[in-house]
Order: sequence, then C-alpha cells, then structure tokens
Amino acid sequence: MQAETTNLLQQGLWKNNPALVQLLGLCPLLAVTNSVVNSLGLAIVTTLVLVASNALVSLTRNKVNSDVRLPTFVMIIAALVTVAELLMQAFTYELYLILGIFIPLIVTNCAILGRAEAYACKNPLAPSVLDGLAMGVGFSLVLILLGGLRELLGQGTLFADMHLLFGDTAANWKLTLIDDYRGFLFAILPPGAFIGMGLLIALKNLIDDYQDKRQTTNHEATESRRVRVTGTIT
Amino acid sequence: MMTLFSSPHLHGGNRSQRLMLLVLAAAMPGLLTQIYWFGYGTLFNVVWAILVGLLLEAGVLALRKRPLGFFLKDGSVIVTCLLLALALPPLAPWWLVTVATLFAVLFAKHLYGGLGNNPFNPAMAGYAICLIAFPASMTVWTSPEHYFDLAGQWQWFWQERGNIDAITQATPLDAMKHLQGKTINEMLSANPSVVHYADAMFWVNTAYLAGGLALLALKVFTWHAPGAMLASLGIMAGLFGAGEPDLYASFSDHLFLGATMLAAFFIITDPVTSATSRKGKLIFGAGIGILVYVIRTWGSYPDAFAFAVLLMNLSAPLIDQYSKPKAYGQQP
Repeated sequence: MQAETTNLLQQGLWKNNPALVQLLGLCPLLAVTNSVVNSLGLAIVTTLVLVASNALVSLTRNKVNSDVRLPTFVMIIAALVTVAELLMQAFTYELYLILGIFIPLIVTNCAILGRAEAYACKNPLAPSVLDGLAMGVGFSLVLILLGGLRELLGQGTLFADMHLLFGDTAANWKLTLIDDYRGFLFAILPPGAFIGMGLLIALKNLIDDYQDKRQTTNHEATESRRVRVTGTIT
Repeated sequence: MMTLFSSPHLHGGNRSQRLMLLVLAAAMPGLLTQIYWFGYGTLFNVVWAILVGLLLEAGVLALRKRPLGFFLKDGSVIVTCLLLALALPPLAPWWLVTVATLFAVLFAKHLYGGLGNNPFNPAMAGYAICLIAFPASMTVWTSPEHYFDLAGQWQWFWQERGNIDAITQATPLDAMKHLQGKTINEMLSANPSVVHYADAMFWVNTAYLAGGLALLALKVFTWHAPGAMLASLGIMAGLFGAGEPDLYASFSDHLFLGATMLAAFFIITDPVTSATSRKGKLIFGAGIGILVYVIRTWGSYPDAFAFAVLLMNLSAPLIDQYSKPKAYGQQP
C-alpha cells in the first residue's frame, strides 16, 4: 500500500503529469492561465471534479456494464461540473464570469475522462481518490506556474485580483515586481501560452535528462562506435 | 591529408557565406536611403540588432554544442538581424530591438534546429511577435521632414527621452486606409506631409529594388518569387484602384509604399522558408502578394508583410508537395 501511494503521487505530480507529459486538458490550460487568480480558480475546480469523479466512477465500477461505461463517465463528470459551476456562481461570482465558458468545458477535459477510464474504473475507492488528487494537484501546479509566469511577463505583477477568490482579505496581496512595467501583451495572448507551456515542458525534460545522466554515469556506454565518419565541420 | 573523406570530394566551400555577404551588400543602398530620409534610428537598430543577434547565436550554439566559428561565419544571423532591423520603425528603443532579435534568433531559428530547419522566416517572426506585443511602439514612424539628430536619436534609443510627438506621423498606407469620409485625393491635398512621406518611401523602395535587381543579376535567387509577388500585388491593386480610385490606394502606391520592395527581394527570397521548385515559388510569391493586399486593405495593421510571409511560410511544404517537378518520362 505504501509503495502504491508513493507511486500514485509520483505519477501524478511528475512522471505522468497530465499537463506536462500526457498533454491533456490543454484547452483550459492554455486559455485561462493569463493570471494567477484565473489559474488558481480553474485549478481548484478541476481538482475537485477530478477527485469526485474518480470516487464515483470507482464506486460504480462493478455496477456499470463496460459497454456503456463511457456515457456513464461523461454523465458523472457533467453532473459534477454542474455542481462546481453552481458553487462558483454562489461563492465567486466575478471569477465565474471571468472564466466563462471554460468552467462548463471542464466536462470535456480529457485528463478527467482519462483518469476515469485508465485508473478509477479498475481500482477500489481509496487509491482512485488518491490518484485523482495526485493528478489534480499535478495539473494545478502547472496551471498556477504557467499563470504566474504569464502574469509576471505580461503585466509585471503577481497575485493581482486575488480577492475574486478569497474575499476582501486578499485584496492587497498583489505584488508589483517590476515598477513602471510597460506590459508584454504577447505573454497574455494565446501564443504566449503555447510558448510558455513549451518552455515548461522543455524544463521538465531537461531535469529528467539531468537525473537520468546522473544515474547512468557509472555505466559504460555500450553502443558500438561508428567506424567511418564523413569528416567533421570545424 | 591522411584523413579519409567520403564523397562528394569536390565542394565549393562555405557557399552560405558568399550568399549572405552579397545580400548584405545589396541591402546597403536601401539602408542608406532609409537613414537619409528617416534619421539615424535605423542605423542604431541595425547595429544593436546585429550585436545582440551575434551574442545570442553564439550562446545558443555553445548550449547546443555546435561549432561556433562555422555557424557564426556563415553570416546568416547577420542577414536576419539586418532585415529585422530594417523592417522595425526608426523610433524603436533598444528593448524593442532586443525582444525582436531574441525571438527571431532563439525561437524562430534555433528552437526549430537552426539554419536550414526553420519553417518561418526568423526576421518576420521576430517582427510579428513585436507587432502583436507592442502595437503602439511598432507603428511609430518618423516623418521625413523632422527627425532626431544623432544625439537626440541616441537619447531616444537608449532612454526614450525626447519629444516624439513632434517628429512622428501616420504612414501613407495608414493614412489611405483611415480616410474618415474623404477620398484619397482630398486626403492627400489636405495633408502635404503625407505626399512628402510617400516620396521618401518611393526612394527607399527604389533603392531596395536596385539592390534586389543586382542580386537577381548575380543569380543569388531566381525571379519567380519576387516577380509573382509584385505581379499579384500589382494586379490586385490595379483592379481595385482602377475600379474605385477614391477609396483604394493605387497600383504604384502599393508597389512603392511600405516594405514592398524590401520584402519582395530580401525577405520572400529566403531559400530556407520559401517553396523550392520554380512553379512552387510562383505560387508562393503570388500568395504573398494577394495576402499583403488583403491585409493592407481590410486588415487592422498598417503594413502586412510579416503576417503574409509567415502564412505563406506555413503553406510552403504543401505547395512543395503539389508543385514537384516531373522527371522526364514519368507518368502523371
């Protein structure tokens, strides 16, 4: 059980991160991450929906015929997203308006359906919930990181407008890191999201490569050396 | 001498270098004319962009563990930075030039694998990113009547100090698009400065045309892409201009205003990012001409070359696919 827990956490947070490795749920990921508060809002909703859907799918896994499992998953996820949407309307209405269509669109987030199909429908409740949590947090971290990056580059601030999510206590959380910043519109616009995402993926791969190399330095290179070469460019 | 090489045993040395030097030389008349009419801003842009570009190129090559000397000497990065700087407005401050060069060299060129592997023209990609990111700074052009002297331009370039409202004006293409109910002739007679500006642009474009024709004579590129581009742009402008001369800028306006000649002979002839075969180059050039006319006339940006070139760069592989020359005797 202990090993399974560690494995689930490692998979969700790093090795099989839904955003950086599986590249699932890119539509909301790229569309709303133009500030920390938007990213955080979407991150919380997505994680809640992911945990709850994994739990429900896991509980019903022995009752649902495998021929109709996909429609069932979609129904479960859609119901949960509707609940989340209503909750947002009740508690964070302004943020709900800003995120707009991307809240209902969580239904189509492949990361959620993917976890239901790949894990929750084959495993008991506790590991499924943990899997949902790990994947959700992994997705959330990337969302928030990208949101912070784009907000910083685009507007020179961090945590602006946090009162939309946390009420009046958060009204002055805004950090202006660069005074008199002219604004780099490109980072706020969709192309900035793609480039920022690409850079994050590159960073992850770089870290993985570095770790691989450190582990394999003791081993001798085994591949055969080429005998003929066509000269070198100098 | 004892090292063995496989074929080909005869090769002509570093061809890119000669090509790039010729392009640099041919762009000089245009650069000088631009400095003559619009002030020293372009000179600062060119020098700064080339410095930053060389530094970035060296840095990336070192990171990628590629031979520094070989790739720096081929001059491609200098040409990229020169073309980018020529396209930027003369009042671009240093950070704008830096961001444009950074995107051109790092993102448009090296992230795709360096010279020869980039699907997009690096200069135009850098330009387009700045046009999206800093629309206000990218559309400020000096008027040919008033511009900063050398010291004033340096102050503006480095610290953005100086009164630029006194020396800027809308470009003729922009003025012809925002007519505010007047006809083109009414607008021109009300604004003699626009007419003067158009004269200046005519000379700049003529200088680029001369440089381009010299390159054509030296067989640096074939006539197909620039010819098709100028023809299609000319036909579009001729049709609309003749039909409704009060609303649409004329044939000669489109060919000799904005960046037409610079793009025709220096940008769309880039061998890496354009179509390969002759037929392909004709389609490629014609597509750019039509897109430029459409974006200039109905789009919301003052000039259109960056977007038109990038869109056609994107279509170049498809054009290549359908314009493959047939080998003699091959069945269709």
